This record gives sequence, structure tokens and C-alpha cells, in this order.
Amino acid sequence: MQWYNADLHIHTVLSPCGGLDMSPVNIIGEALAKGLDMIAITDHNSTKHCRLAQEIGRKNGITVLAGAEINTVEEIHCLTFFENIEKADLFQQFIDEQLMVIRNKPEIFGHQYIVDEAENILGEEERLLVASLQAGIDKVAARVKELNGIFIPAHINRPHNGLYSQLGFIPDYLDMDGLEVSRIPGYEEFINGHPEISGYCLVTNSDAHHLEHIGASYTRYLLEKPCFEEIRLALKNKGGRKVSWP
Amino acid sequence: MRIEDIIQELGITVFTGGTLLQRPVRGAYVSDMLSDVMGRAKESDLWVTMQTHKNIVAVASLKDVTAVLIVNGGKPDEDTLALAESEKIVLLGTHEATFTVCGRLYQLMERDAMV
Repeated sequence: MQWYNADLHIHTVLSPCGGLDMSPVNIIGEALAKGLDMIAITDHNSTKHCRLAQEIGRKNGITVLAGAEINTVEEIHCLTFFENIEKADLFQQFIDEQLMVIRNKPEIFGHQYIVDEAENILGEEERLLVASLQAGIDKVAARVKELNGIFIPAHINRPHNGLYSQLGFIPDYLDMDGLEVSRIPGYEEFINGHPEISGYCLVTNSDAHHLEHIGASYTRYLLEKPCFEEIRLALKNKGGRKVSWP
Repeated sequence: MRIEDIIQELGITVFTGGTLLQRPVRGAYVSDMLSDVMGRAKESDLWVTMQTHKNIVAVASLKDVTAVLIVNGGKPDEDTLALAESEKIVLLGTHEATFTVCGRLYQLMERDAMV
């Protein structure tokens, strides 16, 4: 086994707040330059750039997990990852059924472009992707688990859109594979001050919306090979797989 | 009814948009969930919330609400104030809780046959 560096929370130009330079091809180039072995594409309420990112990743020898950062009706952001693009496509159907239909105003929230490998703009998502689903966190987690996915509430120590800011407690009845902690000032005090999270695997990622932030924060995983199933084992601390923070 | 009428009647603080208080208020919506406001608030509503972060400015712009009234003595964050000034969004504040201020607001609107 060996250690792999993974940044599993990256937005593309499809997210309205994602920089125009965040095309899948640029993201993968930047991830390679930063020495990352794995990344995940996690746009707000969309998996629509995952297929392209995985194709480019395969050509360049970097593992790309298909995922999304879901905004639940409680406005809790949750990372979701799927073992293959087919499962991600099924999850996209769930998103399409559940997303509140609010038309994006690009001049306020930013454009939501879908691009190809050569960075041509193929189209634009018209529904505002930072709106929430109508499904609560329980329903979202249940659907992710039905699809054999990984479910990790995002940036739980941030003042907005995290488990603590929105719920105020850890829903310990949910099948959560881990919790994401942002490396913002005070994160160590946060971890020490919340002993109830000590039983969960804590991971950290960049939540990059711009190229330069990719890999600014990442987690190390001890794995047989960099893939979805091995990540799941590491999150559960099984089979000798492990997680550590750089 | 105009924003300035409500300010006068309810003793409200003006954080931003002091020159825009002639704008008409046609209704009100109360919610702290941004997506809910995005889905349900109407143009020219007064939006009542406890949120103070800058995303309220984006939502207020999206929905063209007349003003945002922050309750419980909440003060907009510094970046919220700056963005609201540049986006010409009226931010108001009250020390009262949502229940109380909305009760008074409802009475005002009832008087003007708005509800």
C-alpha cells in the first residue's frame, strides 16, 4: 500500500461561483502540477461535468471521482461520490427531481457553463444550481446509500451551510462516511471542542472555485490503489487503509 | 406603502440604501432559508430574516425585493454592507424578534388594505 494525496472537493465552471478557468481540462492539469493523485468533481447540485473530467483524468493518469456537492433543504452542503458514471447519472435524476426550479441570473450568481475537452462552451445550465433541493439531509443520504455512494457533510466548521450552522448537532443516526473540516482559522479548536465528531473520519479538501486553490487543502489516504472502493475502506479505517492529514 | 412609511411606524434602522426609501413595498416574506426565499418571495416584498451574511444581497437582487429587514438586532457583516451599497439593496434592522415585528408589520399592511 502507499499514500495518495486526494483533493475531493473541487468545483468546475458549471458551478455559478466557479471561475471561468475551471474547465475539467484545466483542473486536471493543475491537479497534476500540484502533485495530487486523486481529485473529485463536486459541483453544486450537478454531476454534469464528471464524465468529461473522468475521461480526461484517465488519459492523464489521475483518478477522478464522480460526485456533487448537494445543498439539502436545510441548506446543509454535503459531498457525495459514486463508484462509476452510471451511478452518478442515476443520482443526477434524483437531483433533477428534487432541485428547486429557480432560473439563474448569471449577472448576479455567475454563469453555469458546460464545456468540452477543448473548453468550447456546449451549453449553460439554466436552473440556479446553488438553490437547495427539496429533499432534506436524511433523504439525500438515503438516496446516496441506495446508489452505494459515499456521503460526507461538507465544511462542518464553516459559519454557513454546514451541519453545525444549519442543524446545530450531528445527526448520528445517518450513515455518514466521514465529515469534512475546512482548514480555516480555528479548525483545530473546533475539532477539540466537539468530541462528538471524534468517532467520524475527518477529511479536508480545498473546496476550490479557482485554479490556484486546487490542492490548497487535501487529505492523504493509505490505499492499495487510488480508486473509489479503496477510499471507502480508508474512510472506515478497514483493511489497513488509513486517512491522515498532511 | 413605501419603505420610509414602515421605517417611521416601526422604528427601524437603515444600514444601506438611505436614498432609496421611496421604493414601494407591496407585501412581505419571512424566511431564513435562502432557497425558500428564492423560490417564494415576490418582487417588491419586504424580506424579513435573521441572516446577515452577504448571500442575502444576491438573493435580494435575484428576487428584486424592496428591502431586507434584519431582526433580533443583527448587523450585516462588513462585506454584506459593501455589496449592498454597490448593488443598491436597502438593508434595514430592528431589535425586535421576527414575531413581534411581523405582527406590527401585518397591522400596518392591514390598515392599508395590503393583506
